Parts: sequence; C-alpha cells; structure tokens
Amino acid sequence: MTHIEKYFVPEPSRYPIFGSIALLLMATGAVFWMNKVSSGPLILALGFATLVYMLFGWFGQVIRESEGGNYGSNVDVSFRWSMGWFIFSEVMFFAGFFGALFYVRVIALPDLSSLDHQQFLWGNFSAQWPIKVSPGHIVDPFTPIGAWGIPAINTLLLLTSGATLTWAHWGLLNNNRGQLKLGLFLTIALGLLFLSLQIMEYAHAYSDLNLRLSSGIFGSTFFMLTGFHGLHVTIGATMLIVILLRVMKGHFKPDHHFAFEAVAWYWHFVDVVWLFLFVVVYWL
Amino acid sequence: MSSIAHDPTHGHEHDHHAHHPSGVMRWITTTNHKDIGSLYLWFSFIMFLAGGVMALTIRAELFQPGLQIVQPEFFNQLTTMHGLVMVFGAIMPAFVGFANWQIPLMIGAPDMAFARMNNWSFWLLPVAAILLMGSFLAPGGASAAGWTLYAPLSVQMGMGMDMLIFAVHIMGASSIMGAINIVTTILNMRAPGMTLMKMPLFCWTWLITAYLLIAVMPVLAGAVTMLLTDRHFGTSFFNAAGGGDPVLYQHVFWFFGHPEVYIMILPAFGIVSQIIPTFSRKPLFGYASMVYATSSIAILSFIVWAHHMFTTGMPAAGQLFFMYATMLIAVPTGVKVFNWVATMWKGSMTFETPMLFAVGFIFVFTMGGFTGLICAITPIDIQIQDTYYVVAHFHYVLVAGSLFAIFAGTYYWLPKWTGHMYDEGLGRLHFWASIIFFNITFFPMHFLGLAGMPRRIPDYALQFADFNAIATVGAFGFGLSQLIFLAAVLKCVKGGQRRPQRSGTVRTDSSGPCPRQRPTIPSKLHRLSSKRCWLTGGPPWTGDQTSAPR
Repeated sequence: MTHIEKYFVPEPSRYPIFGSIALLLMATGAVFWMNKVSSGPLILALGFATLVYMLFGWFGQVIRESEGGNYGSNVDVSFRWSMGWFIFSEVMFFAGFFGALFYVRVIALPDLSSLDHQQFLWGNFSAQWPIKVSPGHIVDPFTPIGAWGIPAINTLLLLTSGATLTWAHWGLLNNNRGQLKLGLFLTIALGLLFLSLQIMEYAHAYSDLNLRLSSGIFGSTFFMLTGFHGLHVTIGATMLIVILLRVMKGHFKPDHHFAFEAVAWYWHFVDVVWLFLFVVVYWL
Repeated sequence: MSSIAHDPTHGHEHDHHAHHPSGVMRWITTTNHKDIGSLYLWFSFIMFLAGGVMALTIRAELFQPGLQIVQPEFFNQLTTMHGLVMVFGAIMPAFVGFANWQIPLMIGAPDMAFARMNNWSFWLLPVAAILLMGSFLAPGGASAAGWTLYAPLSVQMGMGMDMLIFAVHIMGASSIMGAINIVTTILNMRAPGMTLMKMPLFCWTWLITAYLLIAVMPVLAGAVTMLLTDRHFGTSFFNAAGGGDPVLYQHVFWFFGHPEVYIMILPAFGIVSQIIPTFSRKPLFGYASMVYATSSIAILSFIVWAHHMFTTGMPAAGQLFFMYATMLIAVPTGVKVFNWVATMWKGSMTFETPMLFAVGFIFVFTMGGFTGLICAITPIDIQIQDTYYVVAHFHYVLVAGSLFAIFAGTYYWLPKWTGHMYDEGLGRLHFWASIIFFNITFFPMHFLGLAGMPRRIPDYALQFADFNAIATVGAFGFGLSQLIFLAAVLKCVKGGQRRPQRSGTVRTDSSGPCPRQRPTIPSKLHRLSSKRCWLTGGPPWTGDQTSAPR
C-alpha cells in the first residue's frame, strides 16, 4: 500500500466530565424549580453556564484540530455519517410529537365524541379540530392561529433562507468569500426574522386569542411542536453565527468545510420540519 | 495532535508523548475504548447489584402472603426502579461495554470513531444513576408508576418522577451518542478488505442495534417530555378532559419499548454467535442468513408495539394485525436458533464456561421466546396480561437471554482483556448455580400467572403461597450466585494463569493482553483459507479472527 489513510484518536479530554456535571446541575435545578424549591433557578443557571463553557472549550478544540490539519478524509467521512444519524434521531424526536398529533386527531377525539362517551362521560362533546370546547370543559374558549398570516410569511422566510444558504455554499465552493459571507449573513438574518415573528405570534396568541399551552390538546400539540421547532431554529441560527464568525476568521477551504455543510444539513432539516408543521398544524 | 503525522513504522509508544493523566483522572478523561469499555462494564455490574437488591427485597416481601417487610408504596417504588435500573443501568450499558472493547478490535480500528464523545456517552450514565437512585430520597419517594411510567399514574407522582424523567433524558442522550459512535465506527473504520459481510457477527448485531437505538430513544424522550409538560405546564396530552388520551402515552412508549426489547437481545445474539463456533470448532452456520434474520427482527420490531396493549382497547383489526406481526418475528428468531444448533452439529464441542452459558442461553432463551409467542396470541394475552406469566416470560428472555449472554461474553473475552485465564472451576460453578436457581425462581411464575396472580402487587391470595416461597428461595440463590461471578472476574483481573496460545484453532489471535494504545494505521486483513481470515495491525498487536462466510 503506497498511501496509508491515517485515523485520528484524540488525547484524553476533560470536557466530557464538564458536560456531565452541567447536565446534572441543569436536571437538578429544573426539578427543584418545577417543585418550587427556591434554589432551583440558580442551580439551573449554574448548570447552563457550565454547559456553555464545555461547548466553547470542546468545539474550540475540535475547530483547532480541524484547522491544524488533523482531520483527514477518514475523519471527514465519520463526521458525515454521524451528522446524518444525529439528524435522523432529531427526525424521530419530532415524529413522536407528530404521532401524538395524528393519534389525537384521527383516533382519540372521534373516540371521545362517540356515543358511549357522550352518554356516560363527556355529555355533548363533539369532535372538531381545532377543538373549541374540551371534553371536560377545563379549557377556556380560544381562537386558533390561521395559516395564511404570519405562518405563511414564516414559510417564505425559511424557504428563502434555505436558498441563501445554498448560494453561500456555492460561494464557498467557488472560493468567492464575499458571496459566502453575504449568503450566510442573509440566512442568519432571515432565521432571526423568523424567530422574531414567531415570538410575536406567541404573544398575540397568549394576549389576544387566549391560546395557551394549557388550551387543551390543541394548545399542547400546537405549542410543543412549534416550540421545539423554534428551539431548533435557535440552535441552527446559533450554529450559523458560529460558522459566519469562523468564515470571517478565514476558516474553511473549498475542499475542506464539513462544519459548514453539517450546519447546512441541520438548517435544511429544520426547514423541512417547518413545512410539515405549516401543513398539519396551521393549515389542515 | 502531532502524533498522527508520524511515520507509522516508528512504533506507536513514541507517538503518544502527550500527557496522559493517571489515577482517577485517567478514567475521567480517558479517550481509550478499552478504558471506556471497562467503565461501562463495571458501572453495569454495580447497577446490576443495586437492581438485584431491589429484586431480592421484592422477593422477600412476596415470600409469604400478607405484608411483612415493606409498605405497599415502597414496594411499588421497588418494582418500578428494579425494572428501570436493570434495563437502562445494567443490561444496556453492559452491551455497550462489550461494543467498546470488541468492535474496534474486531474490525481493526485503532479506537471508536469519536473517542471523546465516547467518554461523554459513558460519563452521562453516572449522572443519570445519581438522579435515578437519588429519587428514592426525594419527598414522596421514587416513582411508583411501574417501569413503563404509564399515564395518568405517572402524571400524579411527586418530585421523584421528575428526577426519573430527566434521568431518562440523559440516558437517552448517552445511548444516542453511543449508538451514533458505533454506527460510524463500523461503517467507516473497518480495515481495508473487510467488507460488511466479512465482519464478525457481533459487529453486525451491534450495527443493527445502534440503528434501533437512534430510531427509538428520541421517541422515548418525546414521551417523557409530554409527561413532564402534563405534570407541570398544563398540557393535556394524556388528559381526556382536555381532549388528550392516556392510551396515547402507551402507544408512544411502546413504539420505543418494543424495539428496546431487541436492543437488549440482538447484541446477546451477536455474543452467542461468536462463542458457539469457537467451542464447536466449526465456522458459524448460515452467516448471511444470521445477518438477514437480525435485520428482519429489527424491521419487524417497529410494527408490533401494540401487542403490549391488547387489553387497553383497540379495534379487532388492530389486534389481529399486531398479533400476526408479532408471531412473524418467530421466523427470523427461529432461523437464528436453528443456525446455532447447526453450527454445533457434528462439531468437536467442548464445554468451557462461555460455551456453557451460550448453550444455556439457547435452551432458556428459546423457552422465553415460546412463552412470548403464547403472549402474542390476543385471546390468551387478555387472560395473562399483567400476571406473573408475563413476568416469567420477560425474565426468561432478559435474564436467561441477555444476562447469560453477558456472562458468556465476559468469560469468553476476559482472557483477551486481561491476559489471564479465568478460573474455570469458579466459572462452571457460577453457570450451574445461575441456571438452576434461575429456573427455580422463574419457572413457578408461569404457573402463578396462569392461575391469575397479578404482577406489581405486594400481597397475594393464599393459593399462590407455595410457588411464591419457591421463587423467593430461588431468587436469593440466584443473587448469591452472582458473587461467584464477581470473585471469578476479580481473580482473573488480578492475575492467574497466562492465557494459553492455541494454534490451529479459531482462537489463535493475540499473544497476551491487548495493549492499551494501538497504532492509528489500518490493520491488514489476511485471508488464510476460504473460510477464515485474520486481522493484523503490526507488532505487538494482532486482532481477532473473523468469520468470513466464503
């Protein structure tokens, strides 16, 4: 064999244990907070700070190793496989919540309004989506959010951001750094605009439409699905900002930029989840 | 890291001139797959003892009818935590420990693909264990909703339930990272020439298990997240008064839960498939069919989940579908059992401890498989749902299946890991004590269940007394037998007879303990005959024999 492809095995690292301590503190803090122990928020914040320290340190080391030329083509393939499988795990996470939505709409609600239930349990409850009155009358009336206002604009924003990101990628491939920076900047701006509109929409829902997380099963599925999506957009936008900062520092070459591609994959994944959300949560 | 730029012929010891912490810090910061494998295995043994103590408390309470030792509330906490600790703390981490030790050796990789993330995958587990075991100390005690955490009971529990939910999240993160690491390692780090169909079968079973983990652990995370928001943030996922449905929880949970069953048994199939050929002195019969059978089991595992819910209520068409789909799994599982038997057929068999556990596995696991088929039949399941018949069934597949395979694998690979032979006498004693006491414990439970004794209840009617007394005696025997295992492992780790160098058998591989650091160049695959090939990676390391099909 003339050419030997070398593997990369990192030195011992202290970052993982910081991550573990961070999650222990965050879990403890969250449990305390939910159960009204006064130290909860403080412990949670401490844990989050530890997590941020760990993420900075760990990713910083990975970036230094990458820019130092330690990652050969073997490592590159490993990164590709792992990012793909990570996104698949995220798909399955959303699948759980989409599954809950479909189950409720197709099975649970018709069952609750069936003759047996009407007669013995939930008097006169009739299944319709979005539910106006919950079976146990525990939900105040609310108005759902229509699809063709802010949600439709948000769909356009996210789809456009996918296009600008691809345009930025072309810039990177053609060594056109200006196009790369502008494309990334536009993508981040569109993502942040999306998030701002989402926050506005939530405020509108809470203050004007009386649509809350506690608005029965509609509020549960609506806010959990769009909320977790919003969280993923936030994570994706944060990663894009890191990529933009790295681009400004001169990182990435046309043939060596998997970090960029991984974030782009993630961004497109978030985009696709939104399309499903738009259709089944807002529209249908 | 400068080491990877070195010429590979320089010898690997000189490459790693960078600092390597010693003492406790070595284990906390390690990026070495063998260290991490050992950590996983010791962690799982500690959790096995913790879960075992809970089981023995349960059995002590059930020795006689009436309430003697624990309060019913605490009894419910024990059944819940016993299940969770054994599933997430003992069985799953043990298999990941085997994967860490063996997969890089078997495919000729220097380490796992992501060695740092590998460390984090492990070190999340003690965190989850602290939350899990700490929940006993929370006001109101640990969760008492059963290991399945069914709503609405799990919506009502105290702070211990919240700790459990976060423990599940953290264990899920650990499993997903571990699984991604294993998939990437197997797909991308194999030695040149080792095609997928030349991999040792253990790697195949873990590849498929890892796929299952990535697919279903996020769904479990979603299920417990819905529980959390139902508990604290006013959502109505599992509350019919708000338009939700408690049965929804069962669907989401078992969409995770059934593949989880195969997550706990497929690596066991892999270990047994390595051991049977060795001690039969024959290559594995039907290698390719083993791979296809494992894949079929994994695919089928996604469409059978509602057989756990026959009594919860579903249309007859649903019951029929889930019944037939479940029974279909017997076909690929049967392929595996017949392949193991065919491997032994006319082989020059010897019965050292790993082989004893492997053959014991085939016997007793197959019994558990058959009772599983019985449970799959809807009308029978409606009779035996939530009785001790189900308890007997899943302990036959999880204890005699997964756990015996873990023992078999430990005895089989301990000499490779330590460079010393284990004490054969202790090993055989451990096997015979385990299999006899196991059957004394769990066989009577079939009769108890058929007679209608419900599970998860601290008291029972008088006619169940005799079988319960027998089961309790067996349980304490089984528990104490595991101390023999601890003794055997400690004795082997501390020293003992040098590992023999056999030649001409399939176990001819390395001369001593596997060195801690190995070169970061690919191993070479040598074809020795039409059925055998070896991996070598330059002195002093040589790898495992692999089972090439043709």
